[in-house]
Parts: sequence; structure tokens; C-alpha cells
Amino acid sequence: MARTVPTGTKLGWTIAAWVVALLIFFPILYTIVTSFKSETEAIAGFNLVPSGTLESYREVQSQYNYFKPFMNSVIIAVGSTILALLVAIPAAWSMAFSPTKRTKDILMWMLSTKMMPAVAVLVPMYLIFRDWGLLDSRIGLTVMLMLINLPIVVWMLYTYFREIPGEILEAARMDGATLWGEIVYVLTPMAVPGIASTLLLNIILAWNEAFWTIRLTTTNAAPLTAFIVSFSSPQGLFWAKLSAASTLAIAPILVLGWFSQKQLVRGLTFGAVK
Amino acid sequence: MGNITLRQVSKSFGAATIIPNIDLNIEDGEFVVFVGPSGCGKSTLLRLIAGLEDVSGGTIGIDGRDVTNEAPARRKLAMVFQSYALYPHMTVAKNIAFPLKMAGENRETIDRKVREAARVLNLTDYLDRRPGQLSGGQRQRVAIGRAIVRQPTAFLFDEPLSNLDAALRGTMRLEISELHHQLKTTMIYVTHDQIEAMTMADKIVVLNAGRVEQVGSPMELYRSPQNLFVAGFIGSPRMNLIDGETAGKHGAHTIGIRPEHLTISTSEGAWKASVGVAEHLGSDTFLHVQAEGVGPLTVRADGEFAVRHGDTIYLSPISSKVHRFDQNGKAI
Repeated sequence: MARTVPTGTKLGWTIAAWVVALLIFFPILYTIVTSFKSETEAIAGFNLVPSGTLESYREVQSQYNYFKPFMNSVIIAVGSTILALLVAIPAAWSMAFSPTKRTKDILMWMLSTKMMPAVAVLVPMYLIFRDWGLLDSRIGLTVMLMLINLPIVVWMLYTYFREIPGEILEAARMDGATLWGEIVYVLTPMAVPGIASTLLLNIILAWNEAFWTIRLTTTNAAPLTAFIVSFSSPQGLFWAKLSAASTLAIAPILVLGWFSQKQLVRGLTFGAVK
Repeated sequence: MGNITLRQVSKSFGAATIIPNIDLNIEDGEFVVFVGPSGCGKSTLLRLIAGLEDVSGGTIGIDGRDVTNEAPARRKLAMVFQSYALYPHMTVAKNIAFPLKMAGENRETIDRKVREAARVLNLTDYLDRRPGQLSGGQRQRVAIGRAIVRQPTAFLFDEPLSNLDAALRGTMRLEISELHHQLKTTMIYVTHDQIEAMTMADKIVVLNAGRVEQVGSPMELYRSPQNLFVAGFIGSPRMNLIDGETAGKHGAHTIGIRPEHLTISTSEGAWKASVGVAEHLGSDTFLHVQAEGVGPLTVRADGEFAVRHGDTIYLSPISSKVHRFDQNGKAI
């Protein structure tokens, strides 16, 4: 029998959920609101109703061409995601379908690299980038972001592949499929939802990555994260301009996240409920 | 042709030996059933023949050709899995066509063969559906369809009916037997259900802990089990096994008598027994009785046999049907 929940309790939980959701969303909302204020309004204190001026956006665009960092972000986020998938699909495949005694250890070791604070390897990474001429280059940053997101990509794909029954792949083998046929006709079509949500999540992570993108770039390869930072220091703090820059930086990924939320939620909760 | 030969085949996973050493001949066109309790190695043996597992020792031959180190597809065998293992993203037609597509057949041939298989298996109306939209029995038919279009040397079935309900299992059992009569191709069928084994097989291979206990036709195994394991495993309800003094009188360590080989009388007989539970199946009644000086026994009586809990009856074994076993469990 289904459990009945009293209407009052349901209402209470609904309100609580909305409050938590608004609290999480509030910084983003306030950034967007502030971007439509003048600098005077922005420092005047808490106010949720902006005057609606586009002055900050005009200034941001006149000081700094938005298009260049935007394209850098797209190239770095998409590029690092494709590279990560190319490495992770075969890795996850072999760990899911031909596991050895060490598979769990390898997975744990990969995840453990995410447990270290990035700043711990800042100096060696910076020196390597300098010596190899990768500082302020899109290639260097793409490879860097691919490496730091790889553990999560491998883990997600591994979880997905594990859900595909091995018997189906064996059936394909019995039916005469080569390894290539097995991957193209059976595994990939069955794993498309998983690969898609991994791709989306990785693009978001790479897009928002701020530690390495700010420290390893100056102008040429600077993505939108560096674009935001450029409005925070040189001439003092200008809240409205900074907010306008931030809004411009997060808008594309917000739109992408909004349209793909169903896919993302399915991907992130996959395997949790059978 | 579909002649399969196993010579000294063994399989170990690490230190655990699943199959010690097996020699087996499967003749062309035979319906062979591997039967045994869970974990006896019957599915492993089938997977070794299929090529989905590598042997640890010995050789496997198909039609005189050594295929021990060949990939599954090159052995020209088709397999039907317990979970059906259909491709969920493909329609029924595409599922059945998959092996033909992998073999590089042209479109007309594929279409013709798929339609023919669908007709034989009553799937014509479902060709555009996906596996998720089919019932268990229909899915099983698709799996069989995918196997028959390739015209394989032999079919391998790995407990194909265990996910179906009892009524459907009976129907599918008949359908598979009928298919065997039509195609006359070698079939190897793995099951733990001895009724499936008895009703479908030309030849039964009884396995226990990776060893072949006995090979023979269903009636051979029923009439002359070579050891206690086969005696207890084949037949439903199972054979009554009696030790001690009663067995000694027959010059054996253990005697076995099937429930249908005990005569019942209300006045006299060799063993006096008190009736416990009576299971009325309509055609038969199975009595679970406690016989004095013998122990618990199962007896088959007529369907109309009137008896109540606690009644006293007398039982006599038909002496020509008593199976005798020595202390090692071997038939005497």
C-alpha cells in the first residue's frame, strides 16, 4: 500500500525545498539583478529591484571584447571534454567488462587525485607549462582540463557500462560481431544516454573551472573565468560591471544546463534506483 | 553437420576447479540436455563449447575440426541466453537480422530470412516492436529467431525457460522440441529442471560438481541410474532412498524405490506406514508416509485414492524395480 502523507506535511516540505533552492540560487540571481544596476545603485546597499540600465553591459563590451574569451571557453570546454571521452571510453570499457583484481584500486587511485588541493601542484605544473611553452595556450589548457576531469568522466562511464548486461555483448559476439561491431552496433547505442550526460557535466565543469584557467593564462587563451577576474582588480571594485561580466560568462552554461537538465539528472542519478 | 566432441576438457577459475576432466560426444542432430543442481558447472561447460570461456585444458572439436582456440563467432554456433540478451535499442526485425548483418548478407537475403524466421515463430505482427514492448514468451521467441536465421551447426540453450511462468514454460518446451524436429540440428540445452530434461532430451548428461555422473537416454537414466546421485536427481517426485537393515535384506548398503513402484494395500504388505500429507494432483495422489522401521517415504497412488491424515496403510516394493547401491553409492 502506498504511504499517505498528510497535506500539511507535504506543504511544509515543498516550502522547505523552495527555500533551500532559492538560497542556493540567490547569489546567481543577485549577480544578474546587480548587472542591471548603475555603479551607484550597486554599492547603495541591498536592493532586489534594479533600475534596468544596460550601462554596465555597454562598458564591459567596450573595455574587453566578450567574443574572444567566449570562444576560448567553448574551445577549451568542448575540446577537453572530447579528449576526455576519447581516453575514458576505452578505459571504462575495459574496467567494466574485463575487470581484474586491481580494477577497484585503479578506480580509487584515479579518484584520489581529486582529493588533493590543486594548489599543491601549482608550482610544478606552472614550471612544466613554462618549460614546454604551454603558458597562455589553448592546447595546454585543454589538456590540463582533460586531465583534471578525467577521473570523474571515467567513473561516470564505468558506472554506466556496468549497467549494460554482459550477456548482451556476449550475444553480439556469438552473432558474429567483431570487437568494433560490438562497440559500434551494441555498446555505444545502449550507452548513448550515459555518454551524453557525462559530456554535458564535463562541459559544465570545464567551463566553470577557475583555478588553472586563471593561473595559466594571460590574454591569448584566457577564457570567461579570466574575463570575470579582469573586472575585479585593476581599477578597484566595480560591482555592477563585475556582475555584468559574470552574467555574460555564466549565461551560455545556464542556458545549456536548462535545456539539458532532464538528461543531466538522469545521468547523475543513474544506477541509484533500479 | 553438428558433431561436437569434448576431450579431457577442464576449467579452473584461479584455484577453484569447476570442471575437472570431461569427455563427451554429441552426435549430429541430437538434442542433448545438461542437467544438474545449481553450481554443478553445466552453464560453464556450455560457455566453453560456445567459446565465451577459454578451456584450462583439453580440446573441443566441432565436426572433426579443433575449435578450442577459435573465437565464438567462428564456431558457427548460436546461443539462446537465460536473460534472452536481446538488443534493447533494435526492433524485433533488426534483432533477428543482426547475425546476418554481421555475416555481410545482402538486404534481400536478410529480409527474406527474417520474414521466414518470424513466420515460423509467430512473430510477424511484432517485427516493428522493440524487446521492451514484448512479453517474456515473445522475447524468448525473438532470441530463438536470432539463433535460427544463421543456420548454425548447433544451438546452445542456457536455461532459456527459467524466467517464464509455469504455463508458458510448458508451451515453450513443446515449441523448442517441435523446432528440433523441424530443423534436425544439434541442440545442447542446459537446465536444472529434470522435467525439462526428461521431456525434451534424446540424451541427458547428468552433471555434479563438474563431473559427468551418467550419460544416457531419459528412460535409461530413469530405469538404471548408475549411482545414488542420478537415482535421486532423475524422477519426480524423487526416488525413496532407504539405508540400514531394510537395505541389508536386499544385499545392499542403500536401496532405492520410486514412488510409483510401491503397491498400496489397506490390509497387508511388507511395510506398515502412517499417512501424513496427501497431495492430490487430480491424475495422481502423492502420499507422504512414515513407514515403521523404514522411515519417511513418498508413494504414488491413484488420483481417486481416498485417504486421510493419520490413516494406516501397507506398502510393498515391486521387487524387480528395487535399485541397489553399495557403500560408495554405485549401483550393484
